[in-house]
Amino acid sequence: MNEYTFPILYGVAAGVLTRLYLLRTDYRQYPTYLHGRTIHIALGAIAAGLGTVAVPAIMEKEFAAITFLALAASQFRDVRNMERNTLNELDQYELVPRGKTYIEGIAIVFEGRNYLVIFVSFLSTLAYLVWNVWAALLASMVGLIVARRFMSGSRLKDIADVQYVKPHFEGAGLYVDNIYIMNIGLPARREEILRYGMGFILTPKNFNARTTIANLGQRQAILHDVSTALGIYRDSGTPALVPLAKRDLNDGRVGIFILPQVEDVEKAKAVIENVPVLESAIRMPGKRRWKRKGGSGDDA
Amino acid sequence: MTHEKIILAVITMNGGRVAGGAPIFICQTKEEMEQIAANLEAILDGIAHEVAEGLLIIVKH
Repeated sequence: MNEYTFPILYGVAAGVLTRLYLLRTDYRQYPTYLHGRTIHIALGAIAAGLGTVAVPAIMEKEFAAITFLALAASQFRDVRNMERNTLNELDQYELVPRGKTYIEGIAIVFEGRNYLVIFVSFLSTLAYLVWNVWAALLASMVGLIVARRFMSGSRLKDIADVQYVKPHFEGAGLYVDNIYIMNIGLPARREEILRYGMGFILTPKNFNARTTIANLGQRQAILHDVSTALGIYRDSGTPALVPLAKRDLNDGRVGIFILPQVEDVEKAKAVIENVPVLESAIRMPGKRRWKRKGGSGDDA
Repeated sequence: MTHEKIILAVITMNGGRVAGGAPIFICQTKEEMEQIAANLEAILDGIAHEVAEGLLIIVKH
C-alpha cells in the first residue's frame, strides 16, 4: 500500500465501469454472449490500467513509462482486427449480411471505446491525485458523459425522410414507388412478394445525405438492421426473396424493399429511422469550399 | 475465370428465339414453363427472371 494504491484502484474501476456501460447488448445482438463480453471487459480492464498508471508515472517523473501508451495503441488496433475478422466470418452465414461497411464501423467503435476508457481512467486518477476522491468522481462523470457523446452517432432520420410505399409489379418488374428493384419471373413468387413485402422511400434531406444513403454499405446496413429487428421471410435456396435497396438516379432517393416477418409498418419505419449513419459512409461534398471560383462557404 | 452472374437455364415456349450455351427447356404452355422454372429455381439456387413474354431465364446472382 502506498499513496497511489487507492487512486489507481479508483481509476481502473472507473475505466472498467465505463467499458461496461458502453458495452450494452442491444437489438444488434452483438456481442451476444458471455465469452464475447469477457474479451471486451478484459481488454477494457487493460485499457483502464494503462490510462490510470500513466498519471503516477508522470508524477514520479518516469517519462519512459509513458511510452507504453504506444503499446496500448497497437494492442487496441488488434482489437479492431479481431472484431473485423470475426464479423466477416460470421457474415457469410447471415440471411441478410451486415456488409463490410457496417462491420468496419463496428470494429472502429470497439477500438475507439478502449481509448475512451483510457481517457476516463486517466482523468479520474489525475483528479484523485491532484485533488481528492470527490473531484475524481466528478471527473469520471464528465468522462462518462463525453464518452457517451462520442458513442452515439447520428441516425438515419437525421439525414433522410422515411415514407412507406406499397411495392407493386409492372410486368415482371418489382417497383417501390417509381424505383425499379428487381425482375421476378414466377407468378407464385410475385404473390409472395406482394403479400410479405414492404417498400420504403428514403428522401435525402440535403446533398450530403444524398451521397451518404447512396453508399452500398449504408444501404446494406439498413437491410440488415430491419431484417434483424423484424425477422425475414427468406431461407437459403430462395434467392428471389431478397431485401434490396435501389436508388433513383434522378433525385437520389433510395427505395428500400424488405420482407419482414412482423408485418407492422410503423415498427419497420421506426427501425429504419434509427439505423445508425455509418461513419465510413458519411460524405460531405457540401463541405467543399468553392471560394476559388468566386462562391463562398458551404453549398449544402 | 469466375462469373458474377450467369444464365443457368433458359425456359421458353419459342425454341426458335433462343440459342447458345445454357440448357434450353422448350415448353408448350405457360403453366409448364412456370412449373419448370420453379423447380429449377429451387434446385439451382438461382432466380427466375422474365426477359420477355414466354421467355424465362434462371440466373445465379
